[in-house]
Amino acid sequence: MYLDNSATTQVSEEVLNEMKPYFRKEFGNPSTLYSIGRSSKNALDQSRQKVADAINANPDEIIFTSGGSESDNLAIKGLAFKLRKKGNHIITSNIEHPAVKNTLKFLENLDYNVSYLPVDENGIIKIEDLKNAITDDTILITIMHANNEIGTIQPIEEIGKIARENNIIFHTDAVQSFGKIDVDVEKLNVDLLSLSSHKINGPKGVGALYIKKGIRLEPLIHGGGQEKGIRSGTENVPGIVGFAKACEIVSKNLDKNYKKLSSIRDELIDKVLSTIPESYLNGDRNRRLPNVVNFRFKAIEGESLILLLDAKGYQASTGSACSSNTLEASPVLTALGLDPVDVHGSLRISLSPESEEFNIDEFVEIISDVVSRLREMSPLWNEDTDYEGIMCSQHSDGCRRC
Amino acid sequence: MDVGDVNMDYSEKVMDHFANPRNCRKIEDADGVGTVGNPTCGDLMTIYIKVDDDKITDISFQTFGCGAAIATSSMITEIAVGKTIDEALNITRNDVANELDGLPPIKMHCSNLAADGLRAAIEDYQNKNH
Ligand SMILES: Cc1ncc(COP(=O)(O)O)c(C=O)c1O
Ligand code: FES
Repeated sequence: MYLDNSATTQVSEEVLNEMKPYFRKEFGNPSTLYSIGRSSKNALDQSRQKVADAINANPDEIIFTSGGSESDNLAIKGLAFKLRKKGNHIITSNIEHPAVKNTLKFLENLDYNVSYLPVDENGIIKIEDLKNAITDDTILITIMHANNEIGTIQPIEEIGKIARENNIIFHTDAVQSFGKIDVDVEKLNVDLLSLSSHKINGPKGVGALYIKKGIRLEPLIHGGGQEKGIRSGTENVPGIVGFAKACEIVSKNLDKNYKKLSSIRDELIDKVLSTIPESYLNGDRNRRLPNVVNFRFKAIEGESLILLLDAKGYQASTGSACSSNTLEASPVLTALGLDPVDVHGSLRISLSPESEEFNIDEFVEIISDVVSRLREMSPLWNEDTDYEGIMCSQHSDGCRRC
Repeated sequence: MDVGDVNMDYSEKVMDHFANPRNCRKIEDADGVGTVGNPTCGDLMTIYIKVDDDKITDISFQTFGCGAAIATSSMITEIAVGKTIDEALNITRNDVANELDGLPPIKMHCSNLAADGLRAAIEDYQNKNH
């Protein structure tokens, strides 16, 4: 059973069928004038309308991109380059997705200043910190709607209000929240908002950026002037059609899915925490997406956990250092104030409305078995091991335990 | 990286030792115990040895770490059992990885943990017996 829908989702039948004609029969370039070109153009217009409807925007405020990463890049760099003369300060949180975080790192090399707001132990920023970080040079606030690892939801409406009061542009990455909770650009007070198709049972490599009317960005991809010159390149028509269909479906089913997924989520949290000793929930219990749960289990390591769960037929993910390409513990979980040793034992489970029936009791029994098995192997589970001392004597200068 | 793209690039032997670890237990009356931590990612391994007439007669481990860390711990107990202290001290990090049909490059440091753990257990034994 696939439990990693925050990483990506399966394209739904309905979406696939909607896309099919645009590979062969309707293959025209939307910029051409003859009939098959016009028919692609129509498909593009209708898709733009559907995506706009899903977030309460106007179609001319939607730019199609190659996905969430490009949308984040375009929003942040496009705005920063455009407003360079006005200021060079940007405010963000310290739990952003790499598509935001590394874009800002890049801008820091170009002499922009970035303030990283900390989150509390539940993964939420403090509004006071935001207010204090604003300077005369602040041109952009970029704070994600919902976090991809722990699923916590930031107070976007309030952040947006503060941005408006201070005349600062506000971008939010809604890649994870969209389709799971209400994403309405008017209610959220946002100016720029990133979306990605493959997190909502649409195809990979497609997304959109909402750009509020009146806001101007410097394009990152120059060329034939498609997408109002903001994003050149012949449009990915089949992908866009599929994305738009996926938007239509998630919007239609939003309330139903919210009820269904959040009830599974809550039951899963209650059962895991009450069945497995020394298990904890990462991130705020209430202010979270209906489909994402992140646990941590004392004294075990996540990669081993993932491998054993996979052997039992469950695919999920972890923030453990051992499973990352850099051998660094998840920066998001570390930002919650967790010790890297505890971050090791993290497990993210993310559901989709398309998920097959999920037998919670069976799953909890399996996690519980696997966790016990790893704990039997773990010297950290053994109470008389004084590992604090051991870690320090073995650790290099960079040791976070010292 | 997002959350954990688990590196599934493990050999069959690694997966076997990970899923069916040999000698994973505590030896209560061990003659030598060595615990080492991994500075790179914060993992931990304890090796227990029983020594009789300069030979390792029993060896076991407990490990907090990834699939590779558990597999290398398991493998080193198989390599070291029956060896003399000198022979055991000659087991290198590469020996462990080779016996496992290799490890993904990013996981090579886990085999250090096993070799270092065994050495620490032997040192503990030697300190107690001098
Ligand atoms: C919060 C967030 N932002 C951005 C992205 C990147 O989206 P994409 O994979 O479409 O580039 C992801 C997906 O990994 C995400 O979870
Ligand atoms: S023990 Fe951490 S990567 Fe192997």
